[in-house]
Amino acid sequence: MILHFVERVLQTIVVLLVISFVAFMLISTLGDPLGVLLPPDATIAERNALIARLHLDQPLLQRFWSFISGILQGDFGLSYRTQQDVGAMIAERLPATVELALVSLLFTIILAIPAGILCGVKPKALVSRAIMLVSIAGITLPNFVIGILLIAVFSVHLGWFPSFGRGGTVDLGGWTTGLLTVSGWQAVILPALTLASFQMTFVIRMLRTQLMEVGHSEHIRFARARGLSETRVWFVYAIRNALLPTVTMLGLQLGNIIAFSVVTESVFAWPGLGSLFLQSVQAADIPVIAIYLIFVGAVYMLINLAVELSYPLIDPRLKRRSA
Amino acid sequence: MTAARSLFSTVRGAPGATLAAFLILALFLYAFLVPLFTADPFRLAGMSIMDSFTPPAWMEGGNAAFPLGADDQGRNIITAMAYGLRTSIIVGVSAVLIGLVLGGALGLLAGFVGGRTDAVIMRIADVQLAYPALLLAMVIDGIATAVVGRERSATLAIAIVIFAIGIAFWVQFARTIRSSVLVERDQDYVAAAQITGRSKLAIVLRHILPNVMAPVLVIATINLGIAIITEATLSFLGIGIPLTHPSLGALIRNGNAFLQSGEWWISTWPCLLLATLVIGVNVLGDHLRDHFNPKLRGRS
Repeated sequence: MILHFVERVLQTIVVLLVISFVAFMLISTLGDPLGVLLPPDATIAERNALIARLHLDQPLLQRFWSFISGILQGDFGLSYRTQQDVGAMIAERLPATVELALVSLLFTIILAIPAGILCGVKPKALVSRAIMLVSIAGITLPNFVIGILLIAVFSVHLGWFPSFGRGGTVDLGGWTTGLLTVSGWQAVILPALTLASFQMTFVIRMLRTQLMEVGHSEHIRFARARGLSETRVWFVYAIRNALLPTVTMLGLQLGNIIAFSVVTESVFAWPGLGSLFLQSVQAADIPVIAIYLIFVGAVYMLINLAVELSYPLIDPRLKRRSA
Repeated sequence: MTAARSLFSTVRGAPGATLAAFLILALFLYAFLVPLFTADPFRLAGMSIMDSFTPPAWMEGGNAAFPLGADDQGRNIITAMAYGLRTSIIVGVSAVLIGLVLGGALGLLAGFVGGRTDAVIMRIADVQLAYPALLLAMVIDGIATAVVGRERSATLAIAIVIFAIGIAFWVQFARTIRSSVLVERDQDYVAAAQITGRSKLAIVLRHILPNVMAPVLVIATINLGIAIITEATLSFLGIGIPLTHPSLGALIRNGNAFLQSGEWWISTWPCLLLATLVIGVNVLGDHLRDHFNPKLRGRS
């Protein structure tokens, strides 16, 4: 068990090193950092200082080492587009994206989980069929189309919510939040719904399939045979078994959710990490793109690792088998 | 011709899939026939500012010559969409083909050769799986911009998008083909071919490949839907195909600017067309998947 744990952690570290090396090679082969970052009237001393700052005077492998240790100490390099520190740019944008993701997660929990349970417990009811029909739209319609449609209906036609920006924000010492003002909440609803559309469809469909499968399994039939009430059978025995794989699968979809946040933030001019990434792609700002690559890879690998290592905790049968 | 006939036989008896197949056929005809008989509305001569913002024919101020209205440059939307749909289909199909050829070759190699080659190829695939196709396509586009610059010809931009989406898709093809090859490799017919002295390349291409194509066809169809959406998203974000050779995504991006001022038809029609195309492809893909899945065969 411990051996397996160590092996998986080492594997993850190796993969992260590979990803970082690819990102590092992008930075070191593409573009001309000195030409972009130095002002035209720079002195030789400034030039040498920048060369030392970017470690351009070192051999390739040593530069890779400086790059890795820099990242571990919070030095992410300089952006070609804004000449700013990449770490500072990310820190400035991070709160907006985290809040957007949290609110969309909130929507998923309060809307999609009850809907999925309903569709799984009563698959033939009219409401369930209606939910499944709508969820087809969530799968087929591209994320940006959903955003446009929401803007067309709720901000242009009805005028309930703003179509862009974060509304009023409050600075909590390094973390700007939009969740403490009324206009901030109004502004977050449409983008959060757009971002949540993918997760919600996913959760509804997964829960429904899981519940329909669990409903035929032996322990449920046994519970029914014991004469337990339908409510108790579903809520105590079935739903718990169906919820776990759903949450696991959702965790593995995190990469997709990050990709969709780029699209959503672009549609709603949301000042988060996604729009920073998009601006960087448009301006070919390789240092920011490379750091973003490492960031997404690291998040994905860590979630993957956490999910895999927590399997034995969730499902006791696995622990017995591997022992 | 046999391919078309076998496709026809698989959808027979499934009304949803038949409908989807006819829908896709109709969209293909619309996309490839209309441009043969009309002038390209995206050349300067194709614009007519006098007609700009004409609403759909049934609305007040509408004009029967513009059944679905006209956009900001007075282009007839029904014609412009045919050009856009044509680009979307060409890009989607080419991207899937690139993913298929690249992933197919690597999957055959990994499955048939095995050993260290297999390990290296599949580890690369594992790493790439951390990145969704859309994100990867954006990164590849950004790298291409760093190499060739943002000012590039429309043809080059289209090639870059096809390449970016194709690269993002190879993993799924490689994994599927590899696992099928692992099964087929130990079959008697492969041993027989080896005994008769056929070269390894011939065995892989002439004997194994035809036997692993069925699941590949399914993945190709499902990926076509994703490829079309990915291209539309890239173009909508302004990092894909420019409006001089528009795809549906570029048309939606263009129309989105006028949504706030009430000219809804410029972006809504391409949105609906895109949704119809993707739904059609997905329904067909789902049906093919069920058809080739022996567990489900005979149930539906």
